[in-house]
Amino acid sequence: MKLALSLHEITQKDRPRVGGKGFALAAMHQSGMAVPEAICISTEAYQEYVSSTGLMAQVHMELFRKPFEEMRWEEIWDTALRIRNLFAKTPMPGALQQKMKALLAPRFSKKPVSVRSSAPGEDAAKTSFAGLHESFVNIQGLESILEHIRLVWASLWSDRALLYRQELGLDVEKSTMAVVVQEMVFGERSGVVFGMSPVQEKHSAVEAVYGLNQGLVDGTVEPDRWILDRKSGKIVSHHPARREKILVPGPKGVQLKALPRKWRDRAPLIDEEVKEVYDLAMKAESLFGSPQDAEWTYLKKKLHALQARPITTRSPSSEDQRPWYLSLHRSFDNLRALRTKIEKELIPQMDKEAHEMSLVDLSKLSDSALAQEVRRRSQRHKEWLEIYRRDCIPFAHGMRLFGKIYNDLMKPEDPFQFTALLGGSGMVSVRRNQMLEHLAELIGKDPSNKACILEGKGDDCRPEVKKALKRVLDQFGDLAWEKGRMGEDRNRLLKLVLQMASGSDRGKPGTTGDQEELEHDFLSCFDEEQKPYALELLDLARASYRLRDDDNIYLGKIEGQFLAALEEGRRRIERRSLTQNKPREIKDLLKVVQSEAPVHKAGSGALQPGQRRAFSLKSRQIVGQPAGPGLAMGRARVVLGSSDLFNFEKGEILVCDAVDPGMTFVVPLASGIVERRGGMLIHGAIIAREYGIPCVTGVPDAVNQIKTGDFITVDGHLGIVIIGEATL
Amino acid sequence: MEKDFTKIKRDLKKLLQSQPLAVLATQSRGQPYASLVAFASSSDLRSIYFATTRSTRKYANLAGDSRVAMLVDNRSNKASDFRWAMAATATGTAKEVDPDEKEVALDLYLSKHPHLKEFVHSPTCALCEIRVQTFFVVTRFQHVVEVHVKT
Repeated sequence: MKLALSLHEITQKDRPRVGGKGFALAAMHQSGMAVPEAICISTEAYQEYVSSTGLMAQVHMELFRKPFEEMRWEEIWDTALRIRNLFAKTPMPGALQQKMKALLAPRFSKKPVSVRSSAPGEDAAKTSFAGLHESFVNIQGLESILEHIRLVWASLWSDRALLYRQELGLDVEKSTMAVVVQEMVFGERSGVVFGMSPVQEKHSAVEAVYGLNQGLVDGTVEPDRWILDRKSGKIVSHHPARREKILVPGPKGVQLKALPRKWRDRAPLIDEEVKEVYDLAMKAESLFGSPQDAEWTYLKKKLHALQARPITTRSPSSEDQRPWYLSLHRSFDNLRALRTKIEKELIPQMDKEAHEMSLVDLSKLSDSALAQEVRRRSQRHKEWLEIYRRDCIPFAHGMRLFGKIYNDLMKPEDPFQFTALLGGSGMVSVRRNQMLEHLAELIGKDPSNKACILEGKGDDCRPEVKKALKRVLDQFGDLAWEKGRMGEDRNRLLKLVLQMASGSDRGKPGTTGDQEELEHDFLSCFDEEQKPYALELLDLARASYRLRDDDNIYLGKIEGQFLAALEEGRRRIERRSLTQNKPREIKDLLKVVQSEAPVHKAGSGALQPGQRRAFSLKSRQIVGQPAGPGLAMGRARVVLGSSDLFNFEKGEILVCDAVDPGMTFVVPLASGIVERRGGMLIHGAIIAREYGIPCVTGVPDAVNQIKTGDFITVDGHLGIVIIGEATL
Repeated sequence: MEKDFTKIKRDLKKLLQSQPLAVLATQSRGQPYASLVAFASSSDLRSIYFATTRSTRKYANLAGDSRVAMLVDNRSNKASDFRWAMAATATGTAKEVDPDEKEVALDLYLSKHPHLKEFVHSPTCALCEIRVQTFFVVTRFQHVVEVHVKT
């Protein structure tokens, strides 16, 4: 077994065990190019680690909880986080650790290094997927290096890699990972060079920033760009950046700082240097036989090559959603900007727009004006959905970013422990539910209220009840989910609220002592200088957690206004017989109502008992994601339409296709939540944790496999749902 | 679901055909007892056959209580089992095959286990049939589906 190889000893036959990056570095080094000192940790070290620790079996179990085709990207991200946590908390076995330390100590015990992934692809020339695996810079100390080697190994199973598992040929037993440990060269100016421009074959391109090039690679620092003639190396054009930021080495890792004034007006490279960088790419190309994309840095005017790999241009297909998922990985700065935009602009705008719509008295509009209004609201709703997708969904990465940083520091047993720090921050849906619970208290004070509600005469309730109801409805009555609105039927809503009045045995949502302790432990990992960053990160994650639900609530208000106009249209059409000759106006309204009606998705057609002569099939235990800890047993309430929701009875388990914040007003009554849509950080999971009730998400075909009234067990610890009693 | 059904039935059939041995569970006065037996299954999945001598504990248990469970699985005892292994537990009742049905049952049984010819023809050996009520099929470690056989 050869655990590590030096750059000078690597030959062509070592390529499969040192990976593409390691091999390229060795080749450049051997050809006389300036390459920082490095060693390659071979794939054999990875194999030894995962087989002797039993991690390979655990990776198997994590990856195949569910078939991939039934997993959403969020579930894939969650899976990758769990696997990463396994690697982070599993040290190398003693013997392997000794050997690794002996190999690394002579060269790197004092020096800061980068620890980079070097995946040995089957056909590396064709499939050089950039950025699917992790790399770390400015790592110091043997222990820390070993820890980061494990994290690079874990990134063999990163969410990005899992998205491209087919192209990569990922296989738990065969796939493996090499690691390059390389001395840090803290260049003053860095960048990348494309021997052949990905957009124009006859050009080469050079991109450069001040400081370290990680900022350029992950998109936080905008680079200057030069386009060159690929044949002659002559500069065709220079596109200066807005030079504002610089990435520099910090005490641990890297730090983003404001670029000093003196460099803002000056390009990071002079023309001669651009040419020198171009020459580097050409030299690498002649070495490897195909156009290369290389990373480089200038230290005291000397050019160093940091890595090179073949250029690949993936043909973008509009069907392929994966690039969009990859784009959801956002930097801290980007998330900060998104937060401001969502909190300061988008939510107030949505709220204002929904309010303005609610002021329109629909009953006073003429038929054609109503048709116009339905169209307008539908259009506005669509536009807001687009904005939601563009700005709000990516902001959910705030909690993911925090989770990753938290896990790296705290190495918790439970990879989702971080969510315990994020809850209880006053979500709008929780506020709404508190108002409903307050209403329930008022109802309980006078028995006459209950009688009125049961008789369907909610309007005869005591004045304070009517006032409290009006307050909730004014704020949230128009809040919609796909199938209806909370305020669509006051009496049914009151009946639901009545159940909340009959005593609650559950704790109220809010912060707990646990949360304070976890927060304290987390913050104490940072020194005084870094503390503001840690606090801001936590605050950002909390906002991300809260807004994930809140922005939906506001979007739901717009949708509610659209549905209200649609309902008005439907009522008018029903009032008039459709066979009569109608003026053009009502025809127009009819057309609009028909074309804008929400499409109801049909179920996939579960096999009914008795449908088959000789056999019948019944799901007994379904595996999903453990999204909220705890164990619940009870009758299922499968929510397909709005009547299912209003018929909800206390203690039942909410089973639905996708939990929408517009429907979570029944959650105070529920003893558990089961959802088809999967993820640990989605609405169902968030609200379940707020209320401390067990939740399993990602249960395939949940609404067809489970029937209302079925006795089910929700195991929120393991993420499984059991249908039926335990007896045979 | 229709597709699932066909697939599960096919997988179940494949499993039962591929495995020569299974674990049979019987009980006596509340004490469970497990035995490894060579088995064969009918193509309609309604019957599973196994042979035992009449002096065995399992045979005595069956005389007292005909309810049984049988576990068939295809594990390879590797990490990948958590992904790929399939296990099916059949529940039902077992009794010795009636003389007029024995020939057909023997053909079926011996076509799978020709080397047991002498054993099953011994006067002390009983060929038993389990009438299956339900298969509990486990895949991917904890994904469980019930297949009910209608009588």
